Amino acid sequence: MSDVETFRAPIIARATDQSQSSHILKRSWEGPGGIAGWLSTVDHKEIGKRYLITAFLFLIIGGLEAAIMRAQLAQPNEHLLTPEQYAQLFTMHGVTMIFLYALPVLSGFSNYLWPLLLGSRDMAFPRLNALSYWVFLFSGIFLYVSFSLGSAPDDGWFNYVPYSARAFNPGINIDVYALGMVLLGISTTVGAINFIVTLLRLRAPGMSINRVPILIWGTLTASVGNLFAVPAVSLAFFMLWMDRQFGTHFFDASAGGQPLLWQHLFWMFGHPWVYAIVLPAMGIVSDGLPTFCRRPLVGYTPVALATVSTMALGFGVWVHHMFATGLPIMAVSYFSAASMIIVIPSSVAVFSWIATIWTGRPVFTSAFLFFAGFVLLFVIGGVSGFMTAAVPVDLQLTQTYFIVAHLHYVLIGINVFPVVGGIFYWFPKFTGRLMNETLGKWTFWVMFIGFNVGFFPMHILGLAGMPRRIYTYAEGLGWGPLNLIVTLGSYLFAIGVLLFVVNVFVSLKRGQRAGDNPWDGASLEWSTSSPPPVYNFAVIPTVASRYPLWEGRLNQGDDRSSTQQGFLLDKGRETIGTTSLDAEPDVILKMPSNTYAPLLLGVALAVLFIGALLHSWWLLGAAVVVSLLASIAWLWPERALSQIET
Amino acid sequence: MSRSRALVVSALLIGQSGTTYAETPMSYWHTYGPAGYPLTQLGWGLGIISIVVSAVIAVLLLGAMSHERSRAADDTQLAVGREGGGMGWIYIGTGITTVVLIGCMGWTLLTSASVVRPPSTPALTVQVTASQWWWGLMYTSADPSRTFITANEIHVPVGQPVRFEVASADVIHSFWVPQLGGKMDVIPGQTNVTWLQADKPGVYRGQCAEFCGTEHARMALVLIADTPEDFRAWQDDQLRDTPIAASAQARAGQRVFQAHCAVCHTIRGSDAAGIVGPDLSHLMTRRTLAAGLLANTPGNLAGWIADSQSLKPGASMPDHLVSGADLTAVVDYLKTLQ
Repeated sequence: MSDVETFRAPIIARATDQSQSSHILKRSWEGPGGIAGWLSTVDHKEIGKRYLITAFLFLIIGGLEAAIMRAQLAQPNEHLLTPEQYAQLFTMHGVTMIFLYALPVLSGFSNYLWPLLLGSRDMAFPRLNALSYWVFLFSGIFLYVSFSLGSAPDDGWFNYVPYSARAFNPGINIDVYALGMVLLGISTTVGAINFIVTLLRLRAPGMSINRVPILIWGTLTASVGNLFAVPAVSLAFFMLWMDRQFGTHFFDASAGGQPLLWQHLFWMFGHPWVYAIVLPAMGIVSDGLPTFCRRPLVGYTPVALATVSTMALGFGVWVHHMFATGLPIMAVSYFSAASMIIVIPSSVAVFSWIATIWTGRPVFTSAFLFFAGFVLLFVIGGVSGFMTAAVPVDLQLTQTYFIVAHLHYVLIGINVFPVVGGIFYWFPKFTGRLMNETLGKWTFWVMFIGFNVGFFPMHILGLAGMPRRIYTYAEGLGWGPLNLIVTLGSYLFAIGVLLFVVNVFVSLKRGQRAGDNPWDGASLEWSTSSPPPVYNFAVIPTVASRYPLWEGRLNQGDDRSSTQQGFLLDKGRETIGTTSLDAEPDVILKMPSNTYAPLLLGVALAVLFIGALLHSWWLLGAAVVVSLLASIAWLWPERALSQIET
Repeated sequence: MSRSRALVVSALLIGQSGTTYAETPMSYWHTYGPAGYPLTQLGWGLGIISIVVSAVIAVLLLGAMSHERSRAADDTQLAVGREGGGMGWIYIGTGITTVVLIGCMGWTLLTSASVVRPPSTPALTVQVTASQWWWGLMYTSADPSRTFITANEIHVPVGQPVRFEVASADVIHSFWVPQLGGKMDVIPGQTNVTWLQADKPGVYRGQCAEFCGTEHARMALVLIADTPEDFRAWQDDQLRDTPIAASAQARAGQRVFQAHCAVCHTIRGSDAAGIVGPDLSHLMTRRTLAAGLLANTPGNLAGWIADSQSLKPGASMPDHLVSGADLTAVVDYLKTLQ
């Protein structure tokens, strides 16, 4: 008989944050303080906040890049920037917004919220979670170091060969991008795995798969999508790096390679990625809107299915980025039709949101305004996408400002608006304080008006034939006045973002204290304190419906969720593992404590990529050794971490 | 363009009232040939459907927020007593959407099929070779003596389809004359084929549409649709060898050209036979210099020769540090290339 516990029937008890058991929990779950704690934490809430803050910093950097470009384009024949500076700016703007802001900010929400929404005490793999953040941070820094040296990536975020081949782009610029993207791909992949396993294993007892919030469906779908999509782009960038550094010819037409192969690999990744950076944001709205409409979401099941089917279809549409490449008309017509079909799941979501507002009783908070404004922007970004899905129309629209308008309606309309609304919604949970509502409403209107004034005219510029990625344009093409309006509108939008940032800082210090559930929300995160204790829940909640905190008020049968009474699990860091579909309690999961292994592995990986970039093979070799050692330290079997049967 | 469409255009072009073909030469609101008409028609159709859809949703959204409701008894009361309800919105909304969508898909497929091939077999083929950052053009003919090379300025006979075979000398570009039709990407290692037809004589502007490096912004082209007689005359002009430099000044200029320029440029009928840069035979028949960057005037020509790198930084054409006298002479020589 070993001294290691292999079986235990977990105690079911009633407890609150003031109970004796909660003091024990606090001691178990709290890591060391100070810098040591900061560097070694595996707490999903800490990691989630870091993701959010880091992503917002990148949003601001990307925004400043855009502001400089808009100054250059405000009038014909401006000379503020050299062509090369402009190329680096539009490339880094795209890379930053798409890779370093849009997905990471959603990972921030999901990291912070998933265990709270699911009634768990952490993510399935807390250390992997830490690694995912560190690698994201280091790849962002990696990409930006070259920018400060004046040799940032300069071939646009989709980096078409052969302009990105060594013959035409001999500097370090593209190597930085190639290696940075492979590094970032590691972060995305481990993060995706963590979300998937967490969903399958860490839901509160009773939270069957048809009771999880829509945000969970969104992030789950995005994670599965990323798991299949990221390998394509990592491979493509690795092949490009081989072409550039070791003379392979994957993309080199003069040696039998195929430039179009790059486009296929990139967009096989790129289009699913677009859904990965909007579906969780749509989930934020699908979960937030009902709270402010005082009713459950209309059509939970169709919306969940629409989320999944959008991603499934999203894997079959990549060629709509390549309609003008000379592919046979039969082939592109298939992709055209597949792209148009995505309108159907999208319309399910739109009518669900409208019906939720119509049949609900809206409370006009700042968060609600952002969610409702989002619905209109979603539709505008959607119909412009539908236009570009039609091959013949796209042959004119592609590579013009119409596309720039479309993609900003998608990325700002469907990502930034829900994200800002989501911050207004969950800020009290994150910090214990409410954000200022008056300033919030001003923020909404400034952002909404600024955005539409700044970005709607881009559609018309595109129809007036203005190509994307031009650093200047001649007089006499008729593009001047609208470009000036675009610049002024986008600056107004930037002021809106600034108001939001001011609101965050002011509210952190002076915001009104929020109780556990300031909006009378229905999901589990509102049942715990604001901000939540380090162990999330004093007892593991038990769930009996989709809206645990509204049960008394919805006539949904007699089963009741329980947030005050449940599994106590106060013997160290523990949470409950449940079955994949029905969420029946299965095992007690022992969760790891603070550790430096993820940080060490992250640093080693970053150094490995620096070594590859500099062709410093000894540095690369040393980094490989250290990352192996860090992995061994990480994976070293600990009896204390073995699961306990219940 | 019908009157109502014209109204929509001017309403949308805020601050640009009275848009015309000349004021927005890259605009494809209206096109001038059968490779463009179906695209424009479908574009207008889908565009109007899109605007209507957005407007309907905006009205529904405003209605959803503002319609009369009974007051809540207290803050904790929900708007509904059970989870279901409201599904009719999804059924009806998605149902209507699906019907409209399927119609649009059919229309799209028919339109695609209609522009794949020109209405009649093109009699004329132009081989376009895109380079950073200009367009090489070869007019081919079954009769080799009627094949010739020019650059950046395409002439076509009005009312006839012309076949374009586009290839790249370096990176990816995209061949686009918006008022005549859609884009065709120019991809290294393959020759893509497209066609255009101009139904109205005139000057049509084109521009590279795929990012191709630092001067992508200034890789324009001009397409001129001539009457069949004018086109024939232009073709004959281009086929002639360039005149022998007659004056002493021109002969001096030709020597300078031979020393500094001939390694990259060709002038048919002279010893200059470089193929790196644009063919300059009959340079004076072209309207612009440096792929649409400058009007073709003697002053601009001198400026371009002496100072190309500040006019178009990064272009393969180097600044030529020749003396003032040599510069004048070479410009005088080029002026003879009628």
